[in-house]
Amino acid sequence: MANLKDIKKRIGTVKNTQQITKAMKMVSAAKLRRAQEAVVAARPYADKLAEVLSSMASREMEENHPLLEQREKKTALLLVVTADRGLCGGFNSNIAKAAEAFMRENSQGFESYKLRIVGRKGNELLKRRQGAAIDKVYENITGSISYATAALLGQEVVSDYESEQFDAVFIIYNRFHSAINQEVTTAQLLPIIPEISEEDRYVADYIYEPSCGEVLDSILPKYVEVQVFRALLESVASEHGARMSSMDSASKNAAEMINKLTLKYNRARQAAITTELMEIISGAESIK
Amino acid sequence: MAEKLKLEMVTPYKKVLSEEVDEIIAPGVVGELGLLPGHTPLLTTLKVGELTYRKGSASFHVAVNWGYVEVEEDAVTVLVETAEPADEIDLARAKAALGRAEEALKKLSTEDKEYRVMEAALERAMIRIQVAGRKSR
Repeated sequence: MANLKDIKKRIGTVKNTQQITKAMKMVSAAKLRRAQEAVVAARPYADKLAEVLSSMASREMEENHPLLEQREKKTALLLVVTADRGLCGGFNSNIAKAAEAFMRENSQGFESYKLRIVGRKGNELLKRRQGAAIDKVYENITGSISYATAALLGQEVVSDYESEQFDAVFIIYNRFHSAINQEVTTAQLLPIIPEISEEDRYVADYIYEPSCGEVLDSILPKYVEVQVFRALLESVASEHGARMSSMDSASKNAAEMINKLTLKYNRARQAAITTELMEIISGAESIK
Repeated sequence: MAEKLKLEMVTPYKKVLSEEVDEIIAPGVVGELGLLPGHTPLLTTLKVGELTYRKGSASFHVAVNWGYVEVEEDAVTVLVETAEPADEIDLARAKAALGRAEEALKKLSTEDKEYRVMEAALERAMIRIQVAGRKSR
């Protein structure tokens, strides 16, 4: 009989776990929707800014701006965007792996790397690795992304770049495709490579106020900020998506396990009844 | 020459406006800037201020905070960090913010790092109040 009781207990525990995973899935689904809306809402601004930049680029790029200039490749900064919390499948470890691979392959030939990490999990995963110095860690900012946070992060990167603490900046984050599909993306933040659109738009002489140089001075750092902002938003949406799908499969696994255990429980119960019946019948037989 | 300007205003949080308008007055960094259809291509930075656009005889006011205006072929793109149409401004909140900024400025000396931050906050609050005051017009 002890066996029966054990199985019943197991079923209870699995059911509890399933309830938790189900609840987490619901929460993630709600958060995902909000994050997704934020990503979509931020797109026009980022696209427009990129457009303005590229239309400037196609005209007057002879102007040498420190943020556009390629420097000697000594130190590179990796801005690694992860989550503060786990339980979201391969979300964080994929990013950590990509960062490690990027440094190992070193396809651009930098002498050393520095890391700035967004999210507690990324720090936990990457701090054990040798060879890359973790410069800064930003924790607890992915809860609610505001433009101000991203701007601060971006400004810090830009000013440290200008003071030549590093010669290039890359950002590694999860790009959001859908709830079940995220893609680890590496993009270059600095020096800025403006996308010059091939289609030759109506090229006119622009009037710049106050001057072309001053407009560039303010538009380029802004561009970096917006890129960071966008990456953070995408990463947050991806995080919730990843968590939602991993919690969904966890709930499914729990349901499967409950089914198996219930079957086992019923079998054991039946066996117990059969033996009991046999005992009673044989007892009655012996009295006759 | 088209007769209308296509005005698009976007912030990092959303697309605020996308409308056909007759005239735009923007707070350029070197002074107020009137834009009419047929304007020559222009790219300028904006300061904190009030952007006005006119549709027919109706004027609309928006408090904007730091950004750009690009004009190209009668399409006007306004990229700003925040944009608040007059009827969305909470006057009480703006006044409270103004009071806070004034208080803080009294305590700080001009050398403090915070001074400039608070000064900017003061400016924003003043613009907001100014724009909100035009609601009824």
